[in-house]
Order: sequence, then C-alpha cells, then structure tokens
Amino acid sequence: MINKKVNNVQEALKGVKDKMTFMLGGFGLCGIPENAISELVKLNVRDVTCISNNAGVDDFGLGLLLQNKQIKKMISSYVGENDEFERQMLSGELEVELTPQGTLAEKCRAAQAGFPAFYTPAGYGTEVAEGKETREFDGKMYVLEPAFKADFAFVKAWKGDAAGNLVFKGTSRNFNPNMCGAATITVAEVEELVEVGELDPNNIHIPGIFVQRIFEGKDYEKRIEQRTVRQRS
Amino acid sequence: MLDKNGIAKRIAQEVQDGFYVNLGIGIPTLVANYVREDIEVEFQSENGVLGMGPFPFEGDEDADIINAGKQTITTMPGASFFDSATSFSMIRGKHVDLTILGAMEVAENGDIANWKIPGKMVKGMGGAMDLVASAENIIVAMMHSNKHGESKILKQCSLPLTGVGCVTKVVTNLAVLEVKDNAFHLLERAPGVSVEEIKSATEGTLVVNGEIPEMNI
Repeated sequence: MINKKVNNVQEALKGVKDKMTFMLGGFGLCGIPENAISELVKLNVRDVTCISNNAGVDDFGLGLLLQNKQIKKMISSYVGENDEFERQMLSGELEVELTPQGTLAEKCRAAQAGFPAFYTPAGYGTEVAEGKETREFDGKMYVLEPAFKADFAFVKAWKGDAAGNLVFKGTSRNFNPNMCGAATITVAEVEELVEVGELDPNNIHIPGIFVQRIFEGKDYEKRIEQRTVRQRS
Repeated sequence: MLDKNGIAKRIAQEVQDGFYVNLGIGIPTLVANYVREDIEVEFQSENGVLGMGPFPFEGDEDADIINAGKQTITTMPGASFFDSATSFSMIRGKHVDLTILGAMEVAENGDIANWKIPGKMVKGMGGAMDLVASAENIIVAMMHSNKHGESKILKQCSLPLTGVGCVTKVVTNLAVLEVKDNAFHLLERAPGVSVEEIKSATEGTLVVNGEIPEMNI
C-alpha cells in the first residue's frame, strides 16, 4: 500500500502558491472541499485561477476567496448565486470564462484520462465557440475543447483510506471524481478516513492512484443552499 | 391564459411511459407534479442523479442530496448517483428522451437564448448548452411575452444564443407551438385565448392551419 495520508490541511496544501490554477469539486455548496477553501483563505494566495462549476455564495465556499479578492480568473458554468461575483465580473475586476457544464466536466475528465482535447456539440453557433476550431462529423457540427491544465485539484469525498481510495455520497459526488488526477497534485479531504482494507474494493469510486494526498477534514458545515421541503399530510 | 402551473400541466402531457426526462430550473421543475401516475418515468438531474423523487419531508433534508436547482430532494427506488462527466454522457450521448427547459427568447428557426443579458445579467449557461446541443426532443416552457409586454417568440433572437436550431416545441401561457420550417406552427390555444391574441403576441412567423383546438388540461 502506497501511503497518501497527510496529517492535516496545512500539510495537504504544501506547495500552493500565487498565480496557480486550482480545480475545486462541488456543485453549488454540495460536496465542496470546505477545509481546503478555508486554508486557501488563510494562506492568502493571490491571483489564482479557479476551475469550479459554481463560485459559492457571498459568505461561503469560493465566495470566501472572492471576498478576499484572491481570484484573478474563474472558470465556471453557473455563477448566479453570488452577488459579489457578479459585481466583480461586470466591473471587470474578475476575469471569467463561462463554460458549458458538460464541457467543464469533460475538460476535467480529459485531463485525468490523458486526452489533449475533444469535440463536443455544446456551444456550437454561440459565443462559447468563438475562436475555436469546429468540425463536422456525420452532418453535425462540433467544437474542439482542450483539456484543463491545473496545479492542484481539491476534492471532497465521504470516505477514504490512506491508499487514497475514495467513496462519495449522493450528489456531493458531482465534479469531484472527474477532477481526481486531472491536476499535478490531487488533494482529497474526506469526512471519514477509514482503515485500509475497510472499503470494499468492489465499491470504490476513485482508485487511490488518482490521489496524491488525503486527510480527514474537520468541522464540515455542509450548508444547504435551497432548503426545500413538503408538508407531512 | 395559463399560469406557470398550467404550463407545467400541459407539458406533463408530453411525457410518455419509459421516458428519461431532464427538467430545467423554474417552470420545468413543476412538470414532475403533473405527470400521469400510471406511467413509469425517471427524472434526471444533471448534477448527478437519475430517479429523482419529491422534496423531502421537513427534517429529512440531506445536504448531500440536491437537484440542479440546489434544492433538497429525495430519490425513488431504483435511483442512482453519478459524477458530472457521466451525467453529461447521458445527455450528450442522447440517452435522455426529453429535455424541458425555460428560455428568455426563442426564434422561428429553433434558436434559443436563455443564459445572458449583456451588461446586465450573466449567470452562466449551466448545463443548458450541452442539453440543447444534443437533445432531439426539446420543449421550451416560457411566458409568451416579457414583463414589458414584448414578445419572446421571435423571428430572430436578440440575446446571445444558447443553441442553434434545436427547439422543437414551445408551451407558453397562451399557446402550444411546434417549431419547424422556419416558423411557429400553432397547435393549441390556452383556455379562453383567441387565435388573434396569440397572433398579436407573436413576433415570429406564425402558421395557423384550420381550426385551432383549445388545450385540454
């Protein structure tokens, strides 16, 4: 067993610097690497590029880095929940690359899987395709999209072990597995770090080879963005 | 004239037995409430769940189980969770049978705009561009006019496009329209709405063939 375990978030984020590109898992506030984000705020790294489907809300998730003006460029598919984001973008302080959600996921997966680029129909004929190579296959037009390149991927899983194996829960899985192994260093934080051998090899979502560092996170808030319920009749 | 629930009710009639359906945010989400109970349908949410169920009872919310609108949800027996790349493999790979989404504008050639108002509102396209680029069966749920009374059913979209030539059907508060041959073909009128009213609210080319029935909802 190759040991990927580090003792804490400080050790896990060793080597993080200004101007780096980070991938961060999560959909809305669901499945975000809360511990890594808090530490990035503490480290106060500046001018970073963040690849993440959303940009958090004003006072949680990536919104914390935005408030602190640490982000130079954001690559996301949907940013509607964050007023500070919209303000920084419309004023030109923040560079933004809006990317279709499926393309965003596939640009991560392509980096993980060793594909330099891929063709997708998403965005053809829209401003997303401007300046990009297009090509026809079987009568339909496609846009060439390159794989992402990133220095660190910060992902969050439900359970993991020292070998770096990961298991996700519910829809907090989202972009997290696609980002594993898609950056130079993948840092996984887990709610529960279990003994090696405890996870069933049949039910591992991400094999440890895609993970360089793993640690057990602390104090997860797991904030719900839209608490929606029905009445008991 | 229909309200949002009425639009959802009419669209629910388009959902067939055995369909996998992706519902967008807003009116489309309401469609799930009106699907016939004697058919089997699975709802896909692009954040990574197939077999979405109703909202949870109070106290049963789970922060790790949400839909694409970030709302807490439940799952049905037989449901599955998956990553985002797999989710869009279902969409891009045309495994989803029906896509229902909202729009700011639709044009007579099937173009759709729903993600950006330059200089004003830029929320992003989310999964909409992937959905409209691949789905073969796209129904748009929308109001016929905006709050200033201007038609959203146009000759040409004025806002940045989400996709080109992709919309096949539009259900509004006034009408059911089929989009083909560079025109909106009027299929049904909303209860109490005349063909004349629909004509005057439609900027794009409207084709009216024979007697137009009233929706049955």
